[in-house]
Amino acid sequence: MSENKNEKIDEVKNITESSDVLLDVKNLQVSFDTYGGEVKAVRGVSFTLDRGETLAVVGESGCGKSVTAQSIMQLIPMPPGKIKSGEVWLDGRDLLKYSDKEMEKVRGKEISMIFQDPMTSLNPTMKVGKQIMEALIKHQNMSKSQAKEKAVEMLKLVGLPNPERRVEQYAHEYSGGMRQRAMIAIALSCNPKLLIADEPTTALDVTIQAQIMELMADLQKKLDTAIILITHDLGVVADVAKKIAVMYAGVIIEYGTYRDIFYNPKHPYTWGLLLSVPRLDVNKDLRLIPIEGTPPDLISPPKGCPFASRCEHAMKICKEKMPEEIKVDSVESEDHFARCWLYNDLAPSVNNPVTERRARLNE
Amino acid sequence: MLKYTTKRLGIAIFTLLIIITITFFLMNAIPGDPFQQSRRIPPEILENMKAKYGLDKPLIVQYFKYLGNILQGDLGDSMYYRGRSVNTILADSFAVSGKLGLMSITVGAGLGIFFGIVAALNRNKFFDYFVIVLAVIGVSVPNFVIATTLQYLFASKLGWFPVSRWGTWQQAVLPVTALGFAYIAYIARMMRTSMLDVINQDYIKTAKAKGLSGTQILWKHTIRNAILPIVTILGVAVAGIVVGSLVIENIFGIPGMGKYFVQSIKQNDYTMIMGTTIFYAVLLIAMMFIIDVLYGIVDPRIRLD
Amino acid sequence: MADMKLKKEDFEVVGKDLKSSEEIIRKSLTYWQDAWMRLKANRVALFALIIIIIMLGMAVFAPMMTEYSYDQQMYDRISQTPNSENWFGTDELGRDLFARVWQGARTSLFVAFVATIINVSIGVIYGGISGYFGGKTDIVMMRIIEIIYSIPRLLWVILLLVVMKPGIKPIIIAIAITGWGGMARVVRGQVLQLKQMEFVLAAKTLGADTTRILLKHLIPNTMGPIIINLTFQVPTAVFTEAFLSYLGLGIPAPAASWGSLAQSGTKMILLYPHMLLFPAAMISIFMLAFNLLGDGLRDALDPRLRA
Repeated sequence: MSENKNEKIDEVKNITESSDVLLDVKNLQVSFDTYGGEVKAVRGVSFTLDRGETLAVVGESGCGKSVTAQSIMQLIPMPPGKIKSGEVWLDGRDLLKYSDKEMEKVRGKEISMIFQDPMTSLNPTMKVGKQIMEALIKHQNMSKSQAKEKAVEMLKLVGLPNPERRVEQYAHEYSGGMRQRAMIAIALSCNPKLLIADEPTTALDVTIQAQIMELMADLQKKLDTAIILITHDLGVVADVAKKIAVMYAGVIIEYGTYRDIFYNPKHPYTWGLLLSVPRLDVNKDLRLIPIEGTPPDLISPPKGCPFASRCEHAMKICKEKMPEEIKVDSVESEDHFARCWLYNDLAPSVNNPVTERRARLNE
Repeated sequence: MLKYTTKRLGIAIFTLLIIITITFFLMNAIPGDPFQQSRRIPPEILENMKAKYGLDKPLIVQYFKYLGNILQGDLGDSMYYRGRSVNTILADSFAVSGKLGLMSITVGAGLGIFFGIVAALNRNKFFDYFVIVLAVIGVSVPNFVIATTLQYLFASKLGWFPVSRWGTWQQAVLPVTALGFAYIAYIARMMRTSMLDVINQDYIKTAKAKGLSGTQILWKHTIRNAILPIVTILGVAVAGIVVGSLVIENIFGIPGMGKYFVQSIKQNDYTMIMGTTIFYAVLLIAMMFIIDVLYGIVDPRIRLD
Repeated sequence: MADMKLKKEDFEVVGKDLKSSEEIIRKSLTYWQDAWMRLKANRVALFALIIIIIMLGMAVFAPMMTEYSYDQQMYDRISQTPNSENWFGTDELGRDLFARVWQGARTSLFVAFVATIINVSIGVIYGGISGYFGGKTDIVMMRIIEIIYSIPRLLWVILLLVVMKPGIKPIIIAIAITGWGGMARVVRGQVLQLKQMEFVLAAKTLGADTTRILLKHLIPNTMGPIIINLTFQVPTAVFTEAFLSYLGLGIPAPAASWGSLAQSGTKMILLYPHMLLFPAAMISIFMLAFNLLGDGLRDALDPRLRA
């Protein structure tokens, strides 16, 4: 960061006074050119993330959550992808203005990423140790032997037994969970400020999932890393994330603290998500309610609310106009937003099925 | 690794034995006594040969005798080139063919890999289409057409290179091009596909997320992995070059194994046909074996099997 | 918020409208309809198909379009370059090359198609047996293919022709009995896959005739790969025939084939390049068209293989 500071001195002055903010994404819009037309995968996403904090981005597949994450690091393939507009401020510097060369110094050093499938995200023909060393040699100017020492240390940190032997092995000699641990070791080797975990546990066995989440939470405390956790699985989110953003059809439709989203959700889509997730802690004969229908085609997204066609509370206005972000009541007196016309003064009042269910269960 | 190598070696030897057997019985299926078909052999030599191969004995005895001779490295005497053994002819001509083949495979693999990489990195741009067209021509235009066209254009019309014969580097240019052309095209096409496949792999994204530069990713991750399947194709390419040399050596008048083999076919020189076939088999099976072992070395995933 | 102009009516509840969210559902097509659609969209493959049809048509009708027969020698017209009388010129014996090239097409294409049909049939049967019985039979049968293909197919063809002596029938036999390995592997793979499928297991437990079920599902499932294989085998056979002519193992004179014409053309290349040009161009165009069609068919019939 030291050399970037000099180059970007003007921008550094722009840092908002509350420098607890690590990442500030403003109105991000990303599209992909396909044969069928331009797919508007991310349509104006904004959020902030404080240092050492965890934000979970939740949504079904294709809602733009992975694209959002990869756009922060400019990892989407361009072309066909392009970042149409927006700002990604990291520590007061707008990363979207960075050239690819400048981004290389950010990737792996300040922001790291781990991916969904640990089976395919490690290079099969390079020793795992060497794959950890690469980033260290690049970003920390370490010699080979120093980097190797650090690689062993990292493998130990992520809980691999026998790290001295493991550095010399290839990915196929690791189990799935071990590979994801190795990925975490690669990602955290240069002590980044932000770790983006894109569905880190989806491809793993349920028993391993918990271990990996626990490991990430543990390392976050040790290294004070902020985490963006991308997932479609609300169950994974519960224990680790302080803030949750619910994405649908390329927009964040609800944003709030963990307690807001789970105990006082406001958007009908969030209701649908929560009511369709099986929970172990509640009565077994509780009926799961699936969300009927499919998300809209993002080549020609509807001009109104994208969820309108699947929403039982849909009103005329929902089909006509995209709702703005509206501040709604929060359990913890923090920011809780929803993009829904139901919270307009003119709208009819609707019962919240999630709180209702909770009340019923508590009886 | 040792177990893998031994297993491959066993398979190679067994394969060779089967091929020798098939060749032997196929050649003996020719109606009549093979040695009587060629009337150019004087009676005393014929007697020697009959004694040597035990032609008066049952076929199965002859077979084991032939096998025994091969084990001692003796492929018999040529029936056409009097007084020369198949071994000496093969030794002389292989010196030439080996050089031609090695040059062709080097050119084919080298340019092919290079073209494939450049095409993949410039996907849907001019050079990519050039490689696609080249690949289609490579599989569609027979090598003798390419060879005669090169000969006509660059030797006869333009006079840049000698029309035929062997020895100087100028004489090597046209035959090497003609023989390697199909494999430049073939390998370029495979390398392009392989590169495009690897570029979309997750581990390339991991490498990028680590902050490696485009060049570092290309050399250490992309090419390294994309080249692996090419190693397996080399076997096919070597076999193709062996077959291609039969035609190319005749067109350019190169005194290699291909030329002698075709000669022996025309002259019904059975010992030579058998000897050359077996030599080719040994050569190709040895190549396959080397390639298998090589693949085990370059791809760590294979070693466990 | 700036929605002061919104009216109460705008907030009338209309509820779900699942139809509109799923309106872009594609018409469902059968495998063959889908394949045909994809092939039609592939202009290169379609163009190649047209070329092939034209060449096949010419092979049938062209010898009737000219007054010269392919073996008629005109001693006053030896080695003429193309002109209005002899469209492709004449050869060194004064034979009309147009007639000979298309007569050669008949021979070459006959050899290619017959040999291809035979070797695909052998491949289907061999692969079917290997896959059906599985286990040791399968291992042995597949090892045999590996052994046979450890030396180039053309060497086997040459050895067979040395034994059989050249001619149309021996060439067809030699090409046919050496080229079925690829097909056998494909069919075997399909059979093995089919055998694992649940409906076969279910049928088995119910005591149904497994062989019949396999056959019934095998044919539609392997049609795609068989057609693709066939398309690539034809140009290989044309090439093999031409190659054999080069080694003096081709179709003997006075019969003409593309290979034998090209071979005699090479001898005259320095003086009369047209004698090589026409047969060589025919071979190349034909092989090109078949390879392009094959690529197109592979994309159309087996999208998983798309490169």
